[in-house]
Amino acid sequence: MRFQVYDLGLIEFRPAGEFQRQLVQKIKEGRAGHSLILCRHRPVITFGRSANRANILATSEELNAKGIELAETERGGDVTYHGPGQLTVYPVFDLNNIKKDIHLFLRNLEGRITSVLEILGIPAVRREGLTGAWVGKKKIASIGIAVKNWITYHGFALNVWEDDLRNFSLIRPCGMDIIMTSIESESKRLIPMTRIKDILIKEMYRWPR
Amino acid sequence: MAKIILPELGENITKATVSYWFFQPGEKVEEKADLVELTTDKATFNLPSPCTGVLSDVYFHEGDTVSVGEILGTIEES
Repeated sequence: MRFQVYDLGLIEFRPAGEFQRQLVQKIKEGRAGHSLILCRHRPVITFGRSANRANILATSEELNAKGIELAETERGGDVTYHGPGQLTVYPVFDLNNIKKDIHLFLRNLEGRITSVLEILGIPAVRREGLTGAWVGKKKIASIGIAVKNWITYHGFALNVWEDDLRNFSLIRPCGMDIIMTSIESESKRLIPMTRIKDILIKEMYRWPR
Repeated sequence: MAKIILPELGENITKATVSYWFFQPGEKVEEKADLVELTTDKATFNLPSPCTGVLSDVYFHEGDTVSVGEILGTIEES
C-alpha cells in the first residue's frame, strides 16, 4: 500500500491532533491520500470521551510537578500516557479505498506492530478481545483510533524506551491493571528510534489489501 | 422524516455505545455534519447527518448501547 509519510519529530499532543484533523479534511476533499504520521510526544496523559477520570491516579499537583499535561481526545479507549520514549504512529487511511471495516483495520494494525517486533526479535502477540500488542501478558503497544467519514486518525503508541514506563504508574492504562513493557526492556538494548521507524514504515507498506 | 441508523461497522462488530451527541433535539443540522459519536472496541466513529433538517427524536442517549441496524433518532427534513 502507498502512503505519504510525515515525521513530525518531538511534538506536543494537541498540534499533532490538529495536523491529523487537517489531513482528514484534505483526504475527504480529495486533496490528499493515505498518510502515515510518525512522532514522539512530550509527556501527556490523554483520555477519550468515554474515559473514566478515576483512572488517572495522580493528582493534578503531581502531574504539574512532573511536567505532564492532560489532554482530551476523540479517539476510542480509556486513559493512556504518551511520552518521548514512545514511537507514536497515526495512520490517516481512507477506508473508503481499502475496506470499510473498523474491526479489520484494528486487527491489521496489530498485525503490522507484531511484525515490526518480530523483526526486532521480540515475540509479540495479539490477544483476543484485548486490542494492542502484547509480550506475554505485558502490553508493548496501545491502540486507540477515531474514524470520520471512514477516514481513520489517531493510532498507536509503541513503547520503546524503558524509563518512560514508570509514568504509566500515574494511571490505570485503558482502565485496567496492565503491566507495560518496552522494546528496550524486552531486547535488553537500546535500538535507535530511526531504525524502528524505518522498519515500521516498511511493514506498514505491507498493509493487507 | 429521515432515520439515523447505525450502519455496518465491520465484521464482528454488532454493537456500539453512544458517546456524544453533537446536537440536541430541536437543533438544526446540516447534511453530512457530525451528528453523533459512537464507540466500539478501541475506536470512535462519527456518524454524519443523513440530511439537512431539525433533530427531532433521540432514542439512544450517551452511554446507551445500540445494535447495528437500529434507529438512533430521526431528523425532520427541511
